[in-house]
Amino acid sequence: MNNVDKNLLKEINETLDEKTEVYNIRKNGESIKRKVNSYIDIVTKEDKSGLDIYVKENTLFGIVHIPVIITESGLTDVVYNDFHIGANANVIIMAGCGIHNDLHKNSEHDGIHRFYLEENAKVKYVEKHYGEGKGKGKKILNPTTEIYMKKGSSMNMDSVQIKGVDDTIRITKATLDANTTLEISEKILTTGKQTAKTEFIVDLNGENASVHVTSRSVAEGSSTQEFTSNITGNTKCYAHVECDAIIKDEGKVKAIPEIYAKNIDANLIHEAAIGKIAGEQLNKLMTLGLNEQEAEEVIIKGFLK
Amino acid sequence: MLELKNINFKRDNKVILKDINLILEDNKFYCITGPNGSGKSTLAKIIMGLITPDSGTIYYNGKDITNLSVDKRAKLGIGFAFQTPITFKGLTVYDLLRLAMNKEVTKKDACNILSKVGLCAKEYIDRELNNSLSGGELKRIEIATIIARCPDVSIFDEPEAGIDLWSFKYLTGIFKELGTKAKGTTIVISHQERILSIADAIILLEAGTIKEIGTKATMLKGMLNSDCNAGGYHE
Repeated sequence: MNNVDKNLLKEINETLDEKTEVYNIRKNGESIKRKVNSYIDIVTKEDKSGLDIYVKENTLFGIVHIPVIITESGLTDVVYNDFHIGANANVIIMAGCGIHNDLHKNSEHDGIHRFYLEENAKVKYVEKHYGEGKGKGKKILNPTTEIYMKKGSSMNMDSVQIKGVDDTIRITKATLDANTTLEISEKILTTGKQTAKTEFIVDLNGENASVHVTSRSVAEGSSTQEFTSNITGNTKCYAHVECDAIIKDEGKVKAIPEIYAKNIDANLIHEAAIGKIAGEQLNKLMTLGLNEQEAEEVIIKGFLK
Repeated sequence: MLELKNINFKRDNKVILKDINLILEDNKFYCITGPNGSGKSTLAKIIMGLITPDSGTIYYNGKDITNLSVDKRAKLGIGFAFQTPITFKGLTVYDLLRLAMNKEVTKKDACNILSKVGLCAKEYIDRELNNSLSGGELKRIEIATIIARCPDVSIFDEPEAGIDLWSFKYLTGIFKELGTKAKGTTIVISHQERILSIADAIILLEAGTIKEIGTKATMLKGMLNSDCNAGGYHE
């Protein structure tokens, strides 16, 4: 790996190092490095591009890294990764994609990740998306995440796109059985003419299933964002969706909430707030000696932390 | 020393402050009081630069600061505790105190400051400054930012508001601590008799003008017996 590769990896996955037990590094559409252990196996798919990741039941404290880097301008990389999480397993999955594009052709990564959580499995899923490069070619990232949760399982998904991605369509779909908990946290910053579309579709099918979606985004320059959530409560369940966005300059943000209660005991909440940075927040930080620009940076950094 | 000369301010054609002339000396504790709508908070905000007067001049240590921005006044040593504390999604109490102190500080240092405002520091230091904190908790954290910053001029806009259950000994202790600074001017907007009674000088505003300036000995008794009593002076 050259310095560009190493920098991309560092941006999307700081914790990956030589001591990492289980990982698969994908570069420009091909797996270039892989390591597994006796609890977690990674197998290349034969019918299409991608991986099957198998986590044995009762595996505790397992950590899997599956970063993707793209340095070839003009490449469209589509990958299908399926995560099979055994019953009672408790794992952390670190994913993400970094694109370096110095030329004029678009570079694109479409990652379709499917999670199959068996009973009482626990997953912490972290994905970070990043783009860099001086070329006019766009850096495009389109992650799709499908989550299927069996009884008693829980998943915490933390998704961050902070810098350099020109266009993104991010789709997350989840189906929850009884006594499951899904927490999703998304943070997006768009600048310039970038666009970001996010869609959450969650079906709460089992009793006492719950989902909490928190989306915090900042749209700067003339960038545009669209946030859609579509939550359906089919039984006694709980859902809370929070969409907070800060707009700056000519930034535009649209939030489209849809919550559909199909059962008398479904308790579904959607909150959305879009606006510029409050003047009183700037004033407070300025009374502490920060100038207006520094105050804005602190507020945005904290908001997306 | 702070000097305000001929300060005037109108909003929506209504006179809020008229011909305010005031000298605030170093090492003094001033309490600005008066009925609701008398212009107290506006005056405090004009000193901090949060509001620009229509006319008049503000001198700080002989320098004209009338056109200086809020942050530049802060850097000169003027601090301000807001009447209604500001919330920030994503920023923690520790973040705010670090910003106030303008240097890298340990959590232990930050906790020591929080303890001074009567908060059990460990429970609060990593809390986000959002509405999960009560108004009283946010108010104490707001006051803690002044302690952390320890400015030469500390302005408190109704520090007692929202902290009814908090013992006033904490608050008066803070005023004393800030007063021990080299310059240590403290300006408090308040209706509270217990705060008025520890001031070196009381400035009474009425209808946007300074009605009277005097010591607690000369002013408190008169104020408590006047019609202003109905306007909010309370123990």
